[in-house]
Amino acid sequence: MPRYFTDEHEWIDVEGESATVGITDYAQEQLGDIVFVELPDTGSQVEKGGEAAVVESVKAASDVYAPITGEVMETNGALEDEPALVNTSPEEEGWFFRMTIGDASELEGLMDDKAYKAFVDNL
Amino acid sequence: MRYLPLTDTDRSDMLAKIGANSIDDLFVDVPAVAQLDGPIRDLPMHASEMAVERHMKSRAGKNLAAGDAPFFLGAGAYRHHVPASVDTVIQRGEFLTAYTPYQPEIAQGTLQMLFEFQSQVARLYGCAVANASLYDGSTACWEAVAMAGRVTKRHRAVLSGALHPHYSEVVKTMAQFTGDTIADAMPAIQTEPDNAGLISRIDDDTACVVVQYPDILGRIPDLTELADAAHAKGALLVVVNTEPVALGAIKSPGEMGADIVVGEGQSIGVGLQFGGPYLGLFAVRDPKHVRQMPGRLCGETADAEGKRGFVLTLSTREQHIRREKATSNICTNSGLCALAFSVHMTLLGEKGLRELAAENHRLACKTADRLEQIPGVSLLNSAFFNEFTVRLGGKPAREAVRALADKGVLGGVSLDRLYPGVEALNDALLVAVTETTTDEDIEALATNLEEVLS
Amino acid sequence: MNAPNKSGWKPEMQVSEDGLHNGPSTTTGNRALMLEEPLIFEIGHAETTGVDLPEIDKTHTNRLAGFEREEPIGLVGLTEPETVRHYTRLSRQNYGIDLGFFPLGSCTMKHNPRLNEKVARLPGFADIHPMAPQQSVQGALQVIHELGDWLCKLTGMPGVAMSPKAGAHGELCGILAIRAAHTARGDARKVVLVPESAHGTNPATAAFAGYAVEDIPATPEGRVDLDAIKARLAPDVAAVMITNPNTCGLFEKDFREIADAVHAVGAYVYCDGANFNAIVGRVRPGDLGVDAMHINLHKTFSTPHGGGGPGSGPVVFSDALKDFAPLPIVRKLPDDEGYELVEEEQRKHRGQSFGRMTAFHGQMGMFTRALTYMLSHGADGLKQVAEDAVLNANYILRSLEDILHAPFADAGPCMHEALFGDKDFGGGLSTLDLAKGLIDEGYHPMTVYFPLVVHGAMLVEPTETESKASIDQFITAFRSVTERALAGDETLKQAPYYAPRRRLDETAAARKPKLAWSEPED
Repeated sequence: MPRYFTDEHEWIDVEGESATVGITDYAQEQLGDIVFVELPDTGSQVEKGGEAAVVESVKAASDVYAPITGEVMETNGALEDEPALVNTSPEEEGWFFRMTIGDASELEGLMDDKAYKAFVDNL
Repeated sequence: MRYLPLTDTDRSDMLAKIGANSIDDLFVDVPAVAQLDGPIRDLPMHASEMAVERHMKSRAGKNLAAGDAPFFLGAGAYRHHVPASVDTVIQRGEFLTAYTPYQPEIAQGTLQMLFEFQSQVARLYGCAVANASLYDGSTACWEAVAMAGRVTKRHRAVLSGALHPHYSEVVKTMAQFTGDTIADAMPAIQTEPDNAGLISRIDDDTACVVVQYPDILGRIPDLTELADAAHAKGALLVVVNTEPVALGAIKSPGEMGADIVVGEGQSIGVGLQFGGPYLGLFAVRDPKHVRQMPGRLCGETADAEGKRGFVLTLSTREQHIRREKATSNICTNSGLCALAFSVHMTLLGEKGLRELAAENHRLACKTADRLEQIPGVSLLNSAFFNEFTVRLGGKPAREAVRALADKGVLGGVSLDRLYPGVEALNDALLVAVTETTTDEDIEALATNLEEVLS
Repeated sequence: MNAPNKSGWKPEMQVSEDGLHNGPSTTTGNRALMLEEPLIFEIGHAETTGVDLPEIDKTHTNRLAGFEREEPIGLVGLTEPETVRHYTRLSRQNYGIDLGFFPLGSCTMKHNPRLNEKVARLPGFADIHPMAPQQSVQGALQVIHELGDWLCKLTGMPGVAMSPKAGAHGELCGILAIRAAHTARGDARKVVLVPESAHGTNPATAAFAGYAVEDIPATPEGRVDLDAIKARLAPDVAAVMITNPNTCGLFEKDFREIADAVHAVGAYVYCDGANFNAIVGRVRPGDLGVDAMHINLHKTFSTPHGGGGPGSGPVVFSDALKDFAPLPIVRKLPDDEGYELVEEEQRKHRGQSFGRMTAFHGQMGMFTRALTYMLSHGADGLKQVAEDAVLNANYILRSLEDILHAPFADAGPCMHEALFGDKDFGGGLSTLDLAKGLIDEGYHPMTVYFPLVVHGAMLVEPTETESKASIDQFITAFRSVTERALAGDETLKQAPYYAPRRRLDETAAARKPKLAWSEPED
């Protein structure tokens, strides 16, 4: 199951025809304690690089961008009651939403984990 | 100068420390074109406390205070008795001269008060959550329309014709710039509120229906019917209340299905003050809408030792964090007025508010009965709380109000003042009655009105 | 330098070895004068009231259309002695200007003269109705007109709108007038330029008015980049919003040149007047080419901040914009015929007004206070206000720049506030820790983390109403806490120790918001 990363610190796991999106461990550390996650509506269309979700700490609100274009199929309801999951398990239980893969070629421009690690090390 | 502690010696010592020769050295960045050669002309020089007080008293003396006349004005601002202890509390320097509680460890007084205030407003309105206040009722009304747009993602608001016309104007003014569509109407001058007409204007694009309760003519609309009709189309019901004392006698908007309840809190604790500062109240029935609310919110938490404490919270909605994506550009609330409201409401309590409301209603009924005895005068409303509309048998109400004022009676607000030039409303007069109204006042209004009309 | 305190106290008198007041715990949780206070809902009752009203006469027929409230409201009452004590106890958990030095940058926490309060409470001002017949409120209309006249003369601008309820509301008023002026000549512009150091209300306001907001960068010396503005100016720009003096506490020396360039492309200059206190009575914004500027009466003109409002935000306008101001306005009638409130029906006088921003005429209770203050100071006193405010801020800047990072100190004098950053703090300590340390020393902290252009920003605004002794004592305290921060003193991380509350858990408050009282469940 290949995982890709964006330079806005989202990750995307591709599982056949669909993909799961969340924010990286580096991103959650930068944001601090997450207090709220605003998720997209199921069925809504998101565009690569477009705003898809908002993640909030006490003093900041940050947009989360869609890594690729597609339709939102499911969102992580657990975040509603427990936004802290984004801090404790950003790359597993703290996932944001599942989406269809509108155009698989869009994945090509993203980083793999090695490239992302190098990217973060350089920040 | 009595407010400036620095002495000339201080000033020269400080300039020396700074390394400046004169105060002008500190203003070197001001371009030459804006440098003045002395104090600004055409303005007086400083004056003693006594002289200033005398000047201001001369202005105050030209006004006829409500307490010095039989007084019957309402239309969104009401004269109620404010207990003496309310002003004592709000003049305490720790409340008066504090700032927004951004350092909660040394602002628990303001914060706990706001938490209590929010709880009182939520209960009064029959809602889950109220904010820490907005500027006034009219701006709160616009904020409710804007919020309904965010919740429903629709951009058409239907305003009741019996919404305070100044509130409608504020909403329409703001909507010109946001691109929202506002469907408003004139009030139907009839015994009962025109719910059917309002319902017929709700469509599938409607974000919210805005209705005043009691309405601008003093009538009491059935909110349940309106809530059902709005919800059936996926719209929210916004209820505006300009007289919170009424809610000690009639059902709360929340229990009748309102989604957002806003209003003017001036009646409780704040006083007339020629229109401001007043107190915008804002509440939502469903807690899930909290994150779309405008303005400040105070929430409960604990400190590092586990003691209960309060903080401003959910501030990611606000301008200082969201900048151009904020729910509103509001920065201040109406803190000191919220304190006055909360102190007065605490003094009243459940029992006091209900008795206050009952007394207002009793005196209003008495006044209406008395005015109806005047030849040519008829009561429009079948129901009302403490304000009602009378028709003066075709005689212009605005002229009657002026003539009454000449006789030292502040007799009400003419609909012509609120809806200038509308023929059908020309002879209608709004009369408000509160616990401050005496039997002598009622008689003075009745006899003078009879004279003015004859 | 003054001794930190003249009561005879010396550092070695600290109560215990760890420097904390660890006396025995108390049964009540109170600590002598510091008294814990429950919520009104925990001490009040539905049947208790602090007002005496007639009992409800149940036999009286009502005309409530069958909507009588049947369910309890859920309110509680207290008698008058209990009420006064409740709020007095709460008040003692607050810091205010009356209590001590409150150098909150950009907020102008100056002394609030008590004559203002007395005047505002005269029944002729406090007890008059906004819709009273105009013949009965001539004195009130005169006050509004007089105050407007003062504001016009102090700013050198010909028009004024008095109704905006606060600074942000005034900003909105100014931008809406600008948009109305563009619309009136059929010119649909799309963009408002805002410096990156601006208050958050600026972009929020411009966005509300339907404009796209574009940032303007700052120069390394903390001012708006003139070249960047000139490069961006084009016919799609509706306005530039600039704070002057700016949020770094500096005067925008290129302001006139910026204004000329803005006007050359047909755009307008909005000046955020939040920092007017630095120049009041000494510089007129109208001379700098400003088209619209709001004035926070609660900052420059000493009306009380009241724990977060009410404010008041009148807006002054240039000739180009004044006819677009919102209604109502107060007009002086010719031949000493008095004053007239121009409302809707007289729109013919003001055909281009963009509308109405509030139900009535603005914050009258603040107008009376502000006018009282202006009359007290006069033109000469207000000039002295600006000069002392600027002098005090520069004195603080030069007294701390050797120990604290002062990013723009080399750029010349500051105006009414001094800006510092958290460079070189040790042990992972931050600006927040320093601020909380100042609380223990008895001060309200300065503005922190604003403006965003300086890391760990600390914005110190002393105002003109502090004595030199008070400022010297603050400098002594600030230096000592700064030394602890530079040395990485771990104890700062848990400060404050001596406030009514220790640090509060804001994360928990936001994750599970509890925004109203509810009966405990057990």
